[in-house]
Amino acid sequence: MKKIIKYVIIDILRNKIMLAYTLFLLLISLSVFNLEDNSAKGLLSLLNIILIIVPLVSIMFSAIYVYNSAEFLELLVSQPLKRKTIWLSVFSGLASSLAIAFFVGAGIPILLYEATATGFMMLGTGLLLSVIFVAIAMLAAVITRDKAKGIGVAILLWLYFSLLFDGLVLFVLFQFADYPMEKIMVGVSTLNPIDLSRILILLKMDVSALMGYTGAIFKNFFGTQTGVLLSFLVLTLWIVIPTWLSLRKFNRKDL
Amino acid sequence: MKAFITIIVFVLFAVTGNAKTIRVGKLQAIKTIQQAIQIAAKGDTVLVDAGLYHEKNLIINKTIFLIGINHPVLDGENQYENISIKADGVVVDGFKVVHSGVSSIEDFAGIKIYNRRDVIIKNNILDDTFFGIYSQYGTNCTIEKNTLTANSKEEQQAGNGIHCWKSDSMRIIANTISGHRDGIYFEFVTNSVIWRNTSFNNLRYGLHFMFSNNDAYITNIFKNNGAGVAVMFSNHVKMFNNYFEENWGDASYGLLLKEISDGYINNNHFTKNTTGIHMEGASRIAMEKNVFDNNGWALKIQASCMDIVLTKNNFISNTFDVGTNGSLVLNTFNNNYWDKYDGYDLNKDKIGDVPYRPVSMYSMIIEQNPPAMMLFRSFMTSLLDKTEKIIPTLTPENLKDDHPLMKPLPL
Repeated sequence: MKKIIKYVIIDILRNKIMLAYTLFLLLISLSVFNLEDNSAKGLLSLLNIILIIVPLVSIMFSAIYVYNSAEFLELLVSQPLKRKTIWLSVFSGLASSLAIAFFVGAGIPILLYEATATGFMMLGTGLLLSVIFVAIAMLAAVITRDKAKGIGVAILLWLYFSLLFDGLVLFVLFQFADYPMEKIMVGVSTLNPIDLSRILILLKMDVSALMGYTGAIFKNFFGTQTGVLLSFLVLTLWIVIPTWLSLRKFNRKDL
Repeated sequence: MKAFITIIVFVLFAVTGNAKTIRVGKLQAIKTIQQAIQIAAKGDTVLVDAGLYHEKNLIINKTIFLIGINHPVLDGENQYENISIKADGVVVDGFKVVHSGVSSIEDFAGIKIYNRRDVIIKNNILDDTFFGIYSQYGTNCTIEKNTLTANSKEEQQAGNGIHCWKSDSMRIIANTISGHRDGIYFEFVTNSVIWRNTSFNNLRYGLHFMFSNNDAYITNIFKNNGAGVAVMFSNHVKMFNNYFEENWGDASYGLLLKEISDGYINNNHFTKNTTGIHMEGASRIAMEKNVFDNNGWALKIQASCMDIVLTKNNFISNTFDVGTNGSLVLNTFNNNYWDKYDGYDLNKDKIGDVPYRPVSMYSMIIEQNPPAMMLFRSFMTSLLDKTEKIIPTLTPENLKDDHPLMKPLPL
């Protein structure tokens, strides 16, 4: 397993795209912190990057990588190796390289300029989001055989999580404006890892505004120790469940 | 302290000539304060040694100087009003007043002034009192340097720290108040000043004004109270140099203005409140040189307000700058600094060339639909905000600062 992970990581590094991604993140985060006079505004700009760019790159890169290494996977399957080991190794290789890229590109500037609770929350959720979208991409890639279709599905999924889901929630909120939706919203937010991450960061960033009535419900749930632990558990489930589903599919797949 | 008392005594002799000093204490001939007051004449001084006194309800019905040495304790045994002042020009200085009675029919207080004038209450410590210091029809009284503490749990069963009712020309100076219902409460009080007080951890408001005109409160600190400071149904109130901090909650404001007119709000600091100032039915108010930082909403101006003029204020790191509930705008914003302003200044006169609209679309949405707060700062909502900036539909067209400053004011 270690050997395959090592091979996957080396292969990704040779690819140069990961290097470019790291440099891009590094450049943006450094300039964001240096351009703004107060670092709180820098964090705000970085929030958008973490919530949009990181999932996009993770999902696209992983989906394309899995399709491109179809022949390599076939070769590995013909060896005396368990399919589970192969699939999890590819997952670990992708996840760790994307997480490392995020940590170097955005994590180090955050630690340098904004080593506060908000900064740490951003770092943690950013790392988790990187891994979550690797898992989702691998699920999308294993379900659809056709490469173009698979990448299309990956893009749609990203669009859904970062834009369509919020639009739907807003629509539902206005349709049911006369009903008490606050508690339901806490549940709904767990259905989207990007929303959940955003709320966790907001609780550190806009705490005064969130002390309003609805905010107080969020704060009572997510702001407590158990709430934070629970939300991180949910984010971990967002890694575990897609990986488990894709693994089941891959085990039975006719390559 | 001793020197001070000697001077007072000395001055007294000089003025009245024949005023005497009566000592009260365990080792003195006179053991209780009540006894001392009975034999005292107008203008006498009653000096009380340190110790515990069970005076039940101590009534001061002569103009005397009642002075405690090292804070003698007056215990109300949770049944009585500790001190009732029923004479003009009484001075109560340096006592520790504890455990007053609690009643829902009578307003028991630690120290209460009944229809009198020129009373001075200073340097006292009040602990576990129902109402702290109560002025009923008081005129020209001074309440100075007292420390009031209570451990109220419920609003209905709690009294106010300094409570003034139908009073005039009061001076409330340098008191520290915590744990009461309202820190300072004014009802039908005129021509009075509240200066350098600290009011924190009170159940309801740090300071509460009702029907009180021509008053000023200056350089006070209001922190972490249930709902901040409320100024209601009053006119000509001046608010200068105060600090409003950490008032958190949906119905909690740094400052609540309701049916207020002709006020001045200058040089105040609003920090970390859910809402810095909430205005309803306010009119003709000038706001200058205030600092709003790290609030959820710096200002909420309901459409029922008119002729509010905001000039030269700093708005820094607030989640929302201004919230409102309608499209009618009868207020003026000018020359303020907004940290969210992204316009330009071509002629370098330090004033932005394009107007700033402090009401964001999303703050309007949240006003209508509070749970939408969940989507705040998401990609979706920033898109909505951007389109709203190009084509305003929801936000009031006239709510804008035509001359926003490029740099914050040094406040």
